[in-house]
Amino acid sequence: MEQFATMKRSKDGQPIRYLIVDDSVFARKNLARMIETFGGQLAGEAGDGAAAITEYDRTSPDIVLMDITMPQMEGIEAAERIVQKHPEARVVMVSSVGYQENIVAALQRGARHFVQKPVKPEVLYEVIKYVMGEDGSVANAAAVGAPGSAGGAQ
Amino acid sequence: MKMELIQPFINAADAVLAQGLACSLSIGSLSMEEEAYRRKGMAAMVRLTGDIEGRVIFDLDKETAVRVARRFAGAELPESDDLVRETVFELANQVIGNAVTTLNDQGFHFRVHPPVLHDSEHGEKGSEDTEALVMCFETASGNVFMNIAMQYNSVQSKGLAAGGHS
Repeated sequence: MEQFATMKRSKDGQPIRYLIVDDSVFARKNLARMIETFGGQLAGEAGDGAAAITEYDRTSPDIVLMDITMPQMEGIEAAERIVQKHPEARVVMVSSVGYQENIVAALQRGARHFVQKPVKPEVLYEVIKYVMGEDGSVANAAAVGAPGSAGGAQ
Repeated sequence: MKMELIQPFINAADAVLAQGLACSLSIGSLSMEEEAYRRKGMAAMVRLTGDIEGRVIFDLDKETAVRVARRFAGAELPESDDLVRETVFELANQVIGNAVTTLNDQGFHFRVHPPVLHDSEHGEKGSEDTEALVMCFETASGNVFMNIAMQYNSVQSKGLAAGGHS
């Protein structure tokens, strides 16, 4: 898998911590491998929306990667509940179901961005950079020749 | 069989497999079947209800599923029944999610049910209304079979009831 320029938190230079929420273990593992190539750290995993809320409270991640169609509680509702409780939460929806209504609903209810499956690592990387904005920085970009520089547009 | 309903699934399968496997692929065989579906390996079935009703079955033999999983993950993965099942389910989710996106943007509303293991040797027997299109995608990782039976829901399409969203 391609290696990207390491993205870190601007405030302390520590790796960006991710909560990955998907009912498919296979999908979670794939995303976990991707964020490793970004220099990120897995803060936690959840298999449905309800567990995601609990895991968010427990781990306080920098980014949540949230599937939409899941048992118990779907991702859009979970995103809304997380953002209501933690307005600073950065939730990125990651779903194969990418029709307009779904995207608009997710963004209206607190998600910061949307990535359609199958996920292209380079797309997810750019989305993370954008969503982190000035709270994220790209280290050794010149050394590995990765696109972009510190921070992202907000 | 309404090809306008089937085409988004073919396009989605082509796109998802080509991207995930990073290779070109071809449709090796294509047939219409009224007979019961006979699975080849691990099969996941997804039902759709609403303006459009029907089901899609994805079917991979174990060796192909492991190779597909490794290509999708970009890493060596230990072979297991769980990995095979997860791969077939995730492939079904991604293809159907992409096809649903296209159909929804065309104005169709329906609910996609979670994939279930299609573990009987024979599927349901088709009929004139529900005949299935069976196709085989030939990839570098092996053959991926997709079986689609889809039709308009006449009650829903007349607007007598509201369809759901997945």
